[in-house]
Amino acid sequence: MNDAHFEYVQRLGDNALILGQRLSAWCGHSPFLEEDIAMANTALDLIGRARMLYTHAAAIEGLGRDEDALAYGRDERQFGNFLICELPNGDYAFTLVRQYLIDVYHHQLFLALCASSDVMLAAIAAKAVKETAYHLRRSGDWLVRLGDGTAESHRRCQAALDELWAYTGELFAGDVIDSAMAEQGIGVDPVQLAPVWREAVATQLQDATLRKPRDDWQAGGGRAGLHTEYMGHLLAEMQFLQRAYPGLKW
Amino acid sequence: MVVATTQPDALVLRLAAVRAVLDKVTDPEIPILTIADLGVVRDVRLEAGRVTVVITPTYSACPAMHAIAQDIRAALVTAGYCDVQIETALAPAWSTDDLSAAAHAKLRSVGIAPPAHGARDKRALLGRDVPCPRCASHQTERVSEFGSTACKALYRCRSCLEPFDYFKCL
Repeated sequence: MNDAHFEYVQRLGDNALILGQRLSAWCGHSPFLEEDIAMANTALDLIGRARMLYTHAAAIEGLGRDEDALAYGRDERQFGNFLICELPNGDYAFTLVRQYLIDVYHHQLFLALCASSDVMLAAIAAKAVKETAYHLRRSGDWLVRLGDGTAESHRRCQAALDELWAYTGELFAGDVIDSAMAEQGIGVDPVQLAPVWREAVATQLQDATLRKPRDDWQAGGGRAGLHTEYMGHLLAEMQFLQRAYPGLKW
Repeated sequence: MVVATTQPDALVLRLAAVRAVLDKVTDPEIPILTIADLGVVRDVRLEAGRVTVVITPTYSACPAMHAIAQDIRAALVTAGYCDVQIETALAPAWSTDDLSAAAHAKLRSVGIAPPAHGARDKRALLGRDVPCPRCASHQTERVSEFGSTACKALYRCRSCLEPFDYFKCL
């Protein structure tokens, strides 16, 4: 087994699963019906993506684990998702600004991964990039609508952006796994994604009349398994059933 | 499916028989469409009494895919095929361009606007010009980017005032 390859694919799955889990909490609670459906559908796309990535990671690992073992059978320190994915949903502005920042990132990332030498990963990326383009249109629209909306919606958007900005540095801080995978043509060096991301985000923020926060201190650690205090609670809720009744099926 | 011309006729006929069974399996969420209309069946193989059907998912998490796999198995078992294997192929990724011409007509007949051709064109994905499936007017507007299933968005016609589903271009 190629450890770095397994880790690389698994943590792509972690980002999708954890963000999908967060978004799904809006189901039944969104401000109006269309948004409720949109949130649930976006969550569904992300969880579907996580399933494909986990299944692929488990096959690379070759130890007989499956998608469920990776989703429900690991502890906090074994998850390698970005911290931004696990942050609590906050208000609607916070959820949408986060979604926008990650959608831009995922769109660049999966576009690049379509050329991966890992044909299965390239196939998953080809699917993800189309779905993400759709998510991005919605989150980008909302950013402008709320940012350039009422004084209240603008204030909430700016507050969300100011808080979230410190979690965006992690998206581009590559580590040894990223370098190894980029070298082998399997993965992408995230540093290369930064310029396009920064340009796209800057343009959209301008349209949304939002101020780009200062590049200040940046949080990190998620990829090494060092999470925020929210992660344990998220997992406790998400994993409860499989922990209490291992192997339980519908 | 690719059937080599050198294959014995008996095998061709047996494969056609399997295909005929598969053609009766419908999408659980849009039952007017068969799985052949959807273009999700990528290959059918017959080896030593085993039938292998290769399908591809429409959306990453389309809940119908699980039901479709079960329905394929049930249909084949009912038709007398005992050893049925269902495999999933992810590449090349499914696109709404894989929908058959018959599928477009069927969708329109139940008031669902079919996806524009050329899904790889981003404008099509984002549904910029969606004619009304009832009155064919281009004066339509999007009500919701997501609809009753993962594959649809909700639109409204400003000419005949009817709301309708749009099969998103992917």
